[in-house]
Amino acid sequence: MPAVQETVDQVRRIDVDQYKFGFETLIESDKAPKGLSEDTIRFISAKKNEPDWMLAWRLEAYRRWLTMREPTWARVNYPKIDYQSYYYYAAPKKKALTSLDEVDPEILRTYEKLGIPLREQEILAGVEKADGTRSRVAVDAVFDSVSVATTFKEELKKAGVIFMPISEAIREHPELVKKYLGSVVPVTDNFFATLNSAVFSDGSFVYVPEGVRCPMELSTYFRINEKNTGQFERTLIIADKGGYVSYLEGCTAPMRDENQLHAAVVELVALENAEIKYSTVQNWYPGDAQGRGGIFNFVTKRGDCRGKNSKISWTQVETGSAITWKYPSCILRGDNSRGEFYSIAISNGHQQVDSGTKMLHLGKNTTSRIISKGIAAGKSNNTYRGRVFAHQKAKGARNFTNCDSLLIGDQCGAHTVPYIEAKNSSTIFEHEATTSKISEDMLFYCRQRGMSAEEATALVVNGFVKDVLQQLPMEFAVEAQKLISISLEGSVG
Amino acid sequence: MTADLRTIKTPAEQALHDAYAEARANLPGKGALAKLREDAFRHFDATGLPHRRIEEWKYTDLRALMRDAKPLAGAPDEAAKARAKNAGSMVAGLDCRRLVFVDGVFAPELSDLSSEQGLTVGSMADALAKGDPLVTAYVGKTIETDDAIVALNTALMGDGIVIRISAGATLRRPILIDFASSIQPSSIFLRSLIVIEKGGKALIVENHDANASQINAALELVVGEGAEVDYVKIARGQTIHVGTLMASVGAQAKFNTFNFTLGGATVRNQNLVRFDGQGTVSGIRGATLLRAKEHADNTLLIDHAAGACESREQFRSVLDGESSGVFQGKIIVRPHAQKTDAKMSSNALLISDDAEADNKPELEIFADDVQCGHGATAGALDENQKFYLMARGIPEKEADALLIQAFVGEVIDMIAHEGVRDALLNAAAEWLAARD
Repeated sequence: MPAVQETVDQVRRIDVDQYKFGFETLIESDKAPKGLSEDTIRFISAKKNEPDWMLAWRLEAYRRWLTMREPTWARVNYPKIDYQSYYYYAAPKKKALTSLDEVDPEILRTYEKLGIPLREQEILAGVEKADGTRSRVAVDAVFDSVSVATTFKEELKKAGVIFMPISEAIREHPELVKKYLGSVVPVTDNFFATLNSAVFSDGSFVYVPEGVRCPMELSTYFRINEKNTGQFERTLIIADKGGYVSYLEGCTAPMRDENQLHAAVVELVALENAEIKYSTVQNWYPGDAQGRGGIFNFVTKRGDCRGKNSKISWTQVETGSAITWKYPSCILRGDNSRGEFYSIAISNGHQQVDSGTKMLHLGKNTTSRIISKGIAAGKSNNTYRGRVFAHQKAKGARNFTNCDSLLIGDQCGAHTVPYIEAKNSSTIFEHEATTSKISEDMLFYCRQRGMSAEEATALVVNGFVKDVLQQLPMEFAVEAQKLISISLEGSVG
Repeated sequence: MTADLRTIKTPAEQALHDAYAEARANLPGKGALAKLREDAFRHFDATGLPHRRIEEWKYTDLRALMRDAKPLAGAPDEAAKARAKNAGSMVAGLDCRRLVFVDGVFAPELSDLSSEQGLTVGSMADALAKGDPLVTAYVGKTIETDDAIVALNTALMGDGIVIRISAGATLRRPILIDFASSIQPSSIFLRSLIVIEKGGKALIVENHDANASQINAALELVVGEGAEVDYVKIARGQTIHVGTLMASVGAQAKFNTFNFTLGGATVRNQNLVRFDGQGTVSGIRGATLLRAKEHADNTLLIDHAAGACESREQFRSVLDGESSGVFQGKIIVRPHAQKTDAKMSSNALLISDDAEADNKPELEIFADDVQCGHGATAGALDENQKFYLMARGIPEKEADALLIQAFVGEVIDMIAHEGVRDALLNAAAEWLAARD
């Protein structure tokens, strides 16, 4: 078997091929004209019943975007993107399946390996029930109760947590959205963020009021309410003074996704004593064995530790996408604030990953920690790119960075590009990086005890990424571990 | 759009443009060499001085730092030569063969040209003018680079040293290449070529002492199979100094370099090293001591083009006042360079609140069976160590000096030659003593 991520390989037929043949299944009324223009943006805004200020905001971003150029500094190669050849508001409608029997058996095998309950598999594979409601199936499957979603909603409401699609928040909580949207990732931040600002489809909005500890992992809730948010996701999470929230984006199981270009923006704001934990598992379609197709993932994620003693923690497991361009960052503005970044980036086949983080120390006694584990297999290239910066006024800034790369096979590349900039003497920055292959001794030890080459590799790799896995919310850590094994299938032996 | 921006030249770029136009006819070298200059100049003219948008020059914005370009240095006068003859340097006491350059021009009358078996020494200007086959074979060909500063050097290269060490020859004494300049600030473009053939052994020290000139020095170093070469470059109190070492290293060689930078308004050392044969052991090291508003940048590009080579990159800097120290190191391991063992470390000690340390250690790895790593730190003196010393009655200033000396001493100690090592340790101690 060629070095392909089996996890997501199965999506090939339904996914990219269908994409290649166009969007014939689209519902006409929901379709904006192909290409990007002010009209497209007006169309999107009108579709979402947005207030005028939001439209003006989008248009301003669009005009700005026209003057910007696509960044080329990342170590990724892809054919030039023709931005006029995409649909910006017409998330392709998925072909409705009526039972699991119609689902590709490959997908089912993967689910089985991940240990996902049967009913949950249905929603992941996009099976629709006769009444056309998908979420209901999931609710049944996962929680065995029709009313769980409502229970959750009520529980959140009781706590005062606002959690809704951002398009709703724009209408219902304009004061919060106006105050925070674009305050961490400015409209003009970078090419992809500006594009997102102009055309963002939907995403989540979370507001945790003062002193509230969000009563549940928002992940769980998110999973059952997952709707097709389209390719330009916009997420805004605010934890007010003393608030705490843990949010999980994505899912360990493969989601079908027909959009090739993704440019998401995630903004986190942590005020005094607040903490936000943001975890991501991304395993979108990485392209076929020859490197054709696959998703381009250009994401801007940034957290702002605005208040004293605030904390933002990013955890990511990246196994999918043909191109990943992603640098979840922390602006450590408040004194004593803390930023964390834990990452596992696995690339196989022809995947190209250029990911890392930025820790900008601006406040006094700010601390940050970066643990990045890159695993390159097949013909992939895996780059860690990070920046740690201490401002002259950031007395006592402290950073520890550890980025390790593992190479599996002799046709892949692993690269490390850290920028470490200290502008005052009380800063202590430590950085270490290693690159090596899996120890023959370890493999031999495992093989000798009767494990197959693949099992042995998976075991060693899981040991390699343990530090990061531990940071994931409990229920996902187990799935992620299996996901890693599956991602690397076909890369050894 | 880039082209549009480039049509506006900074005063320095314009001055360099004019200087080339004027000097062109009189620069040594004809035929292929003249074409090499012409092509290099066209490249420089199109790109201009490197600036912060050029990734390799991110932290040393030469376009902003170089407000003007001084006129090209003329032939040195007697007074300048007399000064050069008597000039002391931090390696003055070294028992060596001294080769002297004054204002970028070789001064044979001040140099030790006594004959030694296996050693040929000459001037680059002569070699270029005569079309010396060694020069035509190597100059501009050792390492491929599109660096604008190297192109500028190639375009305007005046004089420099040409040394050839024959196969199997071991030099009795180290070679010291002493670059002195007159008080009049000028632009100096040095280009040197050192070829050490198979099994040759040599220690070469390049010394640039304080002056007001703008120096662009490039050295092409060809290390043959099994050769053992140590190269030490000292730059003290330079105004603008851009030095590029381009080295290709053969199999089974032992190759060590050391960049010692003691002060200097703007210093940039670029070491471009490529390992062409297997089994080489190499150490690329350096120490930098800066104060006031000084700026020094050590940039490495270590290309493991052949397998089974071991390289150690170690750089340390001590930053006082409002100085800024930069380290950029890139290790490339090519697809077939299996069994590469490369370790890079960069440590910056900030002893003032206004100092700045920028580190960019990069790894670019395309082979799987390798051991590569890098470490980087930036921070102040360890309070515990300081406390330990002070608790034993050592005054604070002395305790600081001891710790700083130990910090840079650790890497200077890696220089094999005792005389050179001691000279650098002393220079570091003097620098510390002068600290207030």
